Amino acid sequence: MERLLRIDRRIIFAFVAVAVIVSLLLEFRLPVPATPPVENIFSKIESLPQGAHLLLAFDYDPSSKEELQPMAIALLHHCYQKNLRVIGMTLWPGGTGLAEQAVTQVASQYGKKNGEDYVFLGYKPGVASLIINMGEDLYTAFPKDFYGNDTSTLPALKGVESLKDIDYVIDLAAGATIETWIAFGKEKYRFEMGAGCTAVIGPDLYPFLDSRQINGLMAGLKGAAEYESLVGRKAQATEGMRPQSVTHVLVIVFILFSNAVFILSGGLRTVRRGK
Amino acid sequence: MTFLKRGVPLGIAFLMGVLMAFQYYVPHEHSKAFLELMTRWDKIIAGFAVFIGAYSLFHLHYTRIKRRAAGWGYSFFVFVGAFVTIAFGLYNGGEAFWHDKKEGTMFDWIYMNIQVPAGATIFSILAFFMASAAYRTFRARTVESTVLLVAAIIVMLGRVPVGALISQYIPVAADWIMGVPNLAAKRGILLGVSLGAIATSIKIIFGVERQYLGGGD
Amino acid sequence: MRLPLLLLSTLLTVLSCNPCNHGALAQGLELILPEGFKAFDTPNDSGETISLTWKVSPSESTDIDYIIYLSPSTDGPWQEAVRFRSDTHYKSDAPELFGFRKKLRNSHFLRIEPRRYFPGKENKKAVYYFKLAMARGEEVVPQGEVVSARAKGNWFDLSKLNNLIIMVSFSGIVLFFIAHARRFPHLFVRRISGLDAVDEALGRATEMGRPALFVHGLTGMGSISTMAAVNILGRIARKVAEYDTILKVVNNDPIVLSVSQEVVKESYLEAGRPDAYNQDNVVLVASEQFPYVVAVGGIMTRERTAANFFVGFFYAESLILAETGAATGAIQVAATDSYTQLPFFITTCDYTLMGEELYAASAYLSREPMLLGSLRAQDLGKAIIILVLFFGTILASFGIEFITQVFRAF
Repeated sequence: MERLLRIDRRIIFAFVAVAVIVSLLLEFRLPVPATPPVENIFSKIESLPQGAHLLLAFDYDPSSKEELQPMAIALLHHCYQKNLRVIGMTLWPGGTGLAEQAVTQVASQYGKKNGEDYVFLGYKPGVASLIINMGEDLYTAFPKDFYGNDTSTLPALKGVESLKDIDYVIDLAAGATIETWIAFGKEKYRFEMGAGCTAVIGPDLYPFLDSRQINGLMAGLKGAAEYESLVGRKAQATEGMRPQSVTHVLVIVFILFSNAVFILSGGLRTVRRGK
Repeated sequence: MTFLKRGVPLGIAFLMGVLMAFQYYVPHEHSKAFLELMTRWDKIIAGFAVFIGAYSLFHLHYTRIKRRAAGWGYSFFVFVGAFVTIAFGLYNGGEAFWHDKKEGTMFDWIYMNIQVPAGATIFSILAFFMASAAYRTFRARTVESTVLLVAAIIVMLGRVPVGALISQYIPVAADWIMGVPNLAAKRGILLGVSLGAIATSIKIIFGVERQYLGGGD
Repeated sequence: MRLPLLLLSTLLTVLSCNPCNHGALAQGLELILPEGFKAFDTPNDSGETISLTWKVSPSESTDIDYIIYLSPSTDGPWQEAVRFRSDTHYKSDAPELFGFRKKLRNSHFLRIEPRRYFPGKENKKAVYYFKLAMARGEEVVPQGEVVSARAKGNWFDLSKLNNLIIMVSFSGIVLFFIAHARRFPHLFVRRISGLDAVDEALGRATEMGRPALFVHGLTGMGSISTMAAVNILGRIARKVAEYDTILKVVNNDPIVLSVSQEVVKESYLEAGRPDAYNQDNVVLVASEQFPYVVAVGGIMTRERTAANFFVGFFYAESLILAETGAATGAIQVAATDSYTQLPFFITTCDYTLMGEELYAASAYLSREPMLLGSLRAQDLGKAIIILVLFFGTILASFGIEFITQVFRAF
């Protein structure tokens, strides 16, 4: 019995691997109802008039791609459907490629033109200082876009001087950038902000949601799947709900099994005696 | 020497610390200009620091290869990877690097087909480690740990669609756990952390804590 | 019954439309134009905006708009600056300027950046002139009054006064207790088992002849967690030099690298062992999150480090790092203020310093009274917060939200 408690971790790894692979191969649908924090982002974008400026910060790198890229793509579909002017950028050097790919690929599906309907500013170092710089003057922060175009001449940025003129900012983050955007951007330059993040840092952001410093939050792949269902375009995130559900259930089964073994092997008695 | 090694840095830390703290309360354009100037300095320093980092990385791996340290073969990959990526970056798909970046170059291919899947793979290891850690450590040893265990199961189920399939109340219960007891505990920690951070900042600004300069006194 | 009511309502309508009472009666539209139109420099700003206020008009509705006209001189030319629905933009929308009184809903408020309307002719000292009008569709009725103001930069943001008072008070408390600790150095500090274990971990590393590993978090030198981590590193490095064992320090930020190298070098110097310092032991192994994890995991498994210290702010990498370390059998101490990662460290490390213990660690390890003094200030700060929370909750439960407003951040 005791040996089962000290099972080789590789056996557990094998179970997880099999569960993920099987659930990817088998086709079954799970309902993904949208939760209020995700709905709030959707409603905010719905309420924006055509031509409004939405800044999407892709603050993640390839390691978080599986969770955050589907979120970005679902958001971009919504923005382009609503004819919003999307301003893409990243505070993470490793995120440039993913961000550019998302912005341009989704734009091409709607026939949107670079510089006119959307702009991709690319990466600049500085994080907090860059945000402050953008809050004071967007054109000194980014004199040129990712492709070397003079930002002051881009029609997509018409009417935008600084962050104060952005109608909605969404930060998709794998790290601490949401807090940075709030502290150095939103609080100083007063714009409406929503956020998306990896599941692991989601709980970190609940206080900001509660204090209304962000109006909505998409956490992890589930957040992305909820947004996909709101946009009516079920894609990668919705597909990902199958392995994620199965793995969660598997972990619960592991926990219940290990506790059953623990109790049957007299572990509880040992704990009480120890007291 | 002590004046240069201790006095000047402590003086700069004090001056900049106080100025930056009060800058927050001064909305005047001079104050904004000062903030912009400081952020520009920050960016310049960060830019130069990249060279220090690159030097450290390459020197470390050069030394490992030279000394034939355990696993020194991996150090070759650092040089090969860096050389190939930098070379394709500079080549810029046939147009030299001083032109604007071309799309669909070999550099992009390396990024999308090596860096992206490699990063995602390492992140996915987390799921395996979580399962293993949960199996080994999540035990109902006491009443408190049993409460935690039940809460964890509800949250795990509530965070995936399968929870809603079992019962419509599970996601609601999961949200309540995350939004009320969990958040209350976190706020408690956050308040303590914030006070600790402010106290540490004050100690640094006033030169009471000077370990970051190297040495204690 | 109907006739007197009709007469009364007609009389009321006539009275309410009296131009003597309300300044203007719009022909055809029957709009009652608002009174009290004022322009003034917006307080608490950098000198970019002018604020406009006026009282609400009884004619306001969803299909009626307000229009603000702007000109650089009294004689015009006037240009339409803003048009918005008449049932929006109230003084109550800007509590940072006007407070929280209920009657603020009786006045409109608009902040306008006049220089933006005259690109290329920005004059910081210029006086701008404003006119107000009401409109229903294409029909516009001007209010007639011309008001003016000049935007000036302010030297203090009064809306942040609450923040300043809290900052100055808490700083004063910290400095007081530091000074107090200098005079009365014997302060009681509760045991922090994670820090007591530092000696045990280093002793074990020395006995086994294996290195100790110090792993920085992901944040840069601008983060106070990293500052605290560097302070702890200095203390640990000094002990390591005394124990004559090897300390490896890994990080992912070049500035943290430079500071760490300097700190470790100085600590070895202080311990009288400058010869034992090797710059190649304090290294940047990768600048991104998961390459960093792989590099650190590689060091743990190849070099079989006997003691691992995870200090600073961590993200998703925490569990992978700590699990790898646990698999190698190393004794592990974690210190982080990243509360989402605490459960992972608690399950996989031998000792975990939670939240503010990270900041207390340097003082605890050094036992310097002046550093320990600040811990007492933190305790007092916490006591004050608990009291405010307690009374605030009671008052808010009875509908008195005064405390919430006092602590509101703008």
